Amino acid sequence: MYTDLVLDHFTNPRNVGEIEEADGVGEVGNPVCGDVTRISIAVGEGDVITDVKFKTFGCGAAVATSSMLTEMVVGKSLREAADVSNVAVAEALGGLPPKKMHCSNLAADALQAAIRDYLLRSGREAEIDEILASPPKAPEPSSH
Amino acid sequence: MKPVYFDHAATTPVDPRVFEAMTPFFCERFGNPSEPHRLGREARSAVDQARARVAALLGAGENEIVFTAGGTEADNLALFGSLARLQPGHLVVSAVEHPAVMEAARALNGRGWDVDYVPVDGDGVVDREAYRAAFRDDTRLVSVMTANNVVGTVQPVAELARIAHQKGALFHTDAVQAVGSLPVDVDELGVDMLSLSGHKLHGPKGVGALYVRRGTRLQPLLHGGGQERRLRSGTENVPGIVGLGVAMTLACEAMPEVRPRLERLRDRLVAGVLARVPEVTLLGHPTDRLPGNAAFAVRYVEGESLLLRLDARGFTVSSGSACAAGSDEPSPVVQALGVRPEDAHGSLRVSLGRENTEEEVDAFLDALPPIVDELRRMSPLYAKR
Ligand code: FES
Repeated sequence: MYTDLVLDHFTNPRNVGEIEEADGVGEVGNPVCGDVTRISIAVGEGDVITDVKFKTFGCGAAVATSSMLTEMVVGKSLREAADVSNVAVAEALGGLPPKKMHCSNLAADALQAAIRDYLLRSGREAEIDEILASPPKAPEPSSH
Repeated sequence: MKPVYFDHAATTPVDPRVFEAMTPFFCERFGNPSEPHRLGREARSAVDQARARVAALLGAGENEIVFTAGGTEADNLALFGSLARLQPGHLVVSAVEHPAVMEAARALNGRGWDVDYVPVDGDGVVDREAYRAAFRDDTRLVSVMTANNVVGTVQPVAELARIAHQKGALFHTDAVQAVGSLPVDVDELGVDMLSLSGHKLHGPKGVGALYVRRGTRLQPLLHGGGQERRLRSGTENVPGIVGLGVAMTLACEAMPEVRPRLERLRDRLVAGVLARVPEVTLLGHPTDRLPGNAAFAVRYVEGESLLLRLDARGFTVSSGSACAAGSDEPSPVVQALGVRPEDAHGSLRVSLGRENTEEEVDAFLDALPPIVDELRRMSPLYAKR
């Protein structure tokens, strides 16, 4: 059911952990299953994400999408990073089983939350809507 | 080390002796048992022989065995077959039944039957008081499994069946996990119907049976040529039925040796896991459980992740977390035991079989702690506990 790439990211997850003195931290729970992802980011010159780490309590898909997402957004600006959708992460992994698409929301949502946290901390709440102009989401799976 | 198979509650490898007994019935002795010619008679006698074996091992009569395409069909035949011919009334099942019974009960509910789901205690045993209280004047059937597929708890079926009969209801038990692992005798249990399956006892997939006590009236699910005393039309799965007969014979013959050995291995595994991994609880009854079943709630670890990590290390296990089965709710069975949903999410089921060894158990006990540790370090919930 999982692609080799999903299994690879699951077995050797990249960027696991927590950044000490992070610039932004976001934690979200998955309403479908109760699983949780926490993402911390470090932000440098020009709003570029210089480091990102994750912790996930979740299934194989949740861990793999968290890992893949962290690889995809390092070096991107906040704006670019916020545009990376759960669908794009799933595609980068060679696809996910339809029933597991909801799991990919965890990482994408946690990153959005981390960026929001960073903007709030740096007194830039006015920019939140512009930077987080929400990327398209996959439709929720119709049945479980 | 060779990959280690610890998922016998899901399915078992076919015993080579079973495979050998089945083989001639594919290409050579392929006759249709309903035909009077030599090939047909040969097939008929093979089916009859298997039926005699299965019946004898259950303490049943030969004409009380209906071969089906597996445990699920046997369960559906028991519930729909006995109830569909009646005016809708009341049905009682336990809260920890296999989906084959649960979903059949739900479907009957959709046809006007009232269904009560009797709760279980923390060990997974049906709550006697709630059970007694569930009965109504129009309770027609009770279905409670002999042993649970997820947590291994064995139910006091004989006692529950006696109560059902006092209240004038029929009693069915899904014994798919029990047959071949524990002694099962239909008269000792006092049940009216009992389901079993071939592939859980080192037989082939796609074959099972329903025991139907003489005098119990059933309506078939499948209509056609009237095979299996009209209860299950369709040309018999001759190789499968032969395989089931041989597999059940072998399993029951080996039971006096296999059962105590499995119980020792299981107890070693349980003790080892509880000693080496913090924040783990055993699920199911501590002693009244299937010989090979060891089920755990591992806190702060998600079940599918644990399963996949163990798989990568060569250990095939199962997670009661239904994520693995493609749904995302934590196991309803584990939650019925009163385990919190977030802990039910980290359930782990190790089900041992007769080919497993002490070395395999010890290797598992070495492999598990670092994997749990790694997953916990990755879990945002663990740091906050
Ligand atoms: S099932 Fe919970 S994140 Fe996948």
